[in-house]
Amino acid sequence: MGLLKSLVATCLLLAANPIFAQDTITNQTDTAAAIAPSEKGFDAGEVIMHHIKDSHSWHFYDRSAPDGSESAVAIPLPIILYTDGHLDIFMSSAFDEGKKTVVRGGGSREYILHHDKIYLAENGQLKHDEHGAVLNEAPLDLSITKNVASLMLSAILLLWIFIATANGYKKMGQVPTGLRGFTEPLILFVKDEIAVPNLGEEHYRKYLPYLLTLFFFIWVNNMLGLLPMGANLTGNIAVTMLLAVFTFIITNVSGSKHYWKDIMWMPGPPVFVKPIMTVIELIGIFTKPFSLMIRLFANITAGHIIVLSFISLIFIFKSVLISPVSIVFVLFMDVLELLVAALQAYIFTMLTAMYIGMAVKGGEE
Amino acid sequence: MDLVTPQIGLLFWTVLIFLVLVFLLAKFAWKPILNMVEERTKNIEDALNSAENAKKEMAGLKAENEQIMKEARAERDKIVREAREMKDKIIEESKETAKAEADTILAQARKLIDDEKRAAMNELKDQVASLSIEIAEKILTKELSDKKKQAELIDDILQQSNLN
Repeated sequence: MGLLKSLVATCLLLAANPIFAQDTITNQTDTAAAIAPSEKGFDAGEVIMHHIKDSHSWHFYDRSAPDGSESAVAIPLPIILYTDGHLDIFMSSAFDEGKKTVVRGGGSREYILHHDKIYLAENGQLKHDEHGAVLNEAPLDLSITKNVASLMLSAILLLWIFIATANGYKKMGQVPTGLRGFTEPLILFVKDEIAVPNLGEEHYRKYLPYLLTLFFFIWVNNMLGLLPMGANLTGNIAVTMLLAVFTFIITNVSGSKHYWKDIMWMPGPPVFVKPIMTVIELIGIFTKPFSLMIRLFANITAGHIIVLSFISLIFIFKSVLISPVSIVFVLFMDVLELLVAALQAYIFTMLTAMYIGMAVKGGEE
Repeated sequence: MDLVTPQIGLLFWTVLIFLVLVFLLAKFAWKPILNMVEERTKNIEDALNSAENAKKEMAGLKAENEQIMKEARAERDKIVREAREMKDKIIEESKETAKAEADTILAQARKLIDDEKRAAMNELKDQVASLSIEIAEKILTKELSDKKKQAELIDDILQQSNLN
């Protein structure tokens, strides 16, 4: 898999270069100084950042035409924009990789794609400040981006796998055969090793559907992200933030009287320490999900960065001879990332169960 | 900074899709799967329990069978013994009865013989007496046919009587 991934990622990287070249061409027409660096050659940082960030199209590779021009081979994705009460829907191919602007509403709204972000253009141009930051306003962007498409794909995949599992019991009896031989131990693992020990026999039933969904959602998306051309969904701060927010809401909504009493007026320490403890505990309510968010985001993103860095070595050294080293390292990293994919799903679910467990348990100890 | 700035679009779709996913999976996957697993756990427990019970029952049955066999054997021995005793007794009794019968018959036969003998003797006596009388009559008739002889006899008898 690592080999395959490095091969395809190589294609990706090869493909990525011309994109920046095109951006440079666009930027040269701007009044502000061009920020794209690709004129000077290969910039690993830019390429890697481009890969781990979201995109408005699902890009595979670039194809060179005999006349020297290059075109991207990519799946165009729907762009959904909301500007001043108007909803504009079109395909990302309309931007032609940022070379064209899209005009809607009889010329009242002109959209421009710049570094995978959509802005409202003024006369087909972008305004930059002296640091190269874009000054134009951005519309409310609800597009089906690469991450959203990957999210939908993973949702369908999860539904397919687990509804097939559930139907298997109805059709083929209670003995877990085939797919169920794989899924059932995992489901029972989440139930018996994560939910029951942390939540207790009397509470776990209520939270088990959320924990199971969380575990498989994170795991499957981690692994989809490892696939060549896969989206970096679980390494996206928006996704990890929302998962952490769900955990935060569930934890505090189901908090028992005992849980809140422990936070507001902790029994045990002397009275003058108690207000300090209250402040610490109140901060703790937020730091717990915050750590969940950062942990998953950082782990997955870092993994992607390392894998891409090893591949970039080939282009930095401009030599094929370095590729065996790259391939060995990438292979090693990919195997490690497979472990991390499962491990991070486990840790996120485990900690969520622990936080909820702490909140729902009464003062029995 | 882009990397740690959540995009509104992705937030929106993630909330929507994740919540729908939780709902659909909970309804169509987790609930049936967990129910089935629970049911199966119960079935296995029941099966194990019933197997254990059956084993115990079997052991009980076996012991009971052995007890019954033992009793049956004892019963058989008793019956055989009793039969033998009965047989011996019957034989003994029949022997005694037969002996008594034989004795009775013998006694009766003897008595009968005695009676017959006596009767025969009596008849013989009677016949002898009547024969004697007849002979005496004939002799007398012949002896006393002349007068001389009659007188002699009378004298003789008289003489004898006088002597007495």
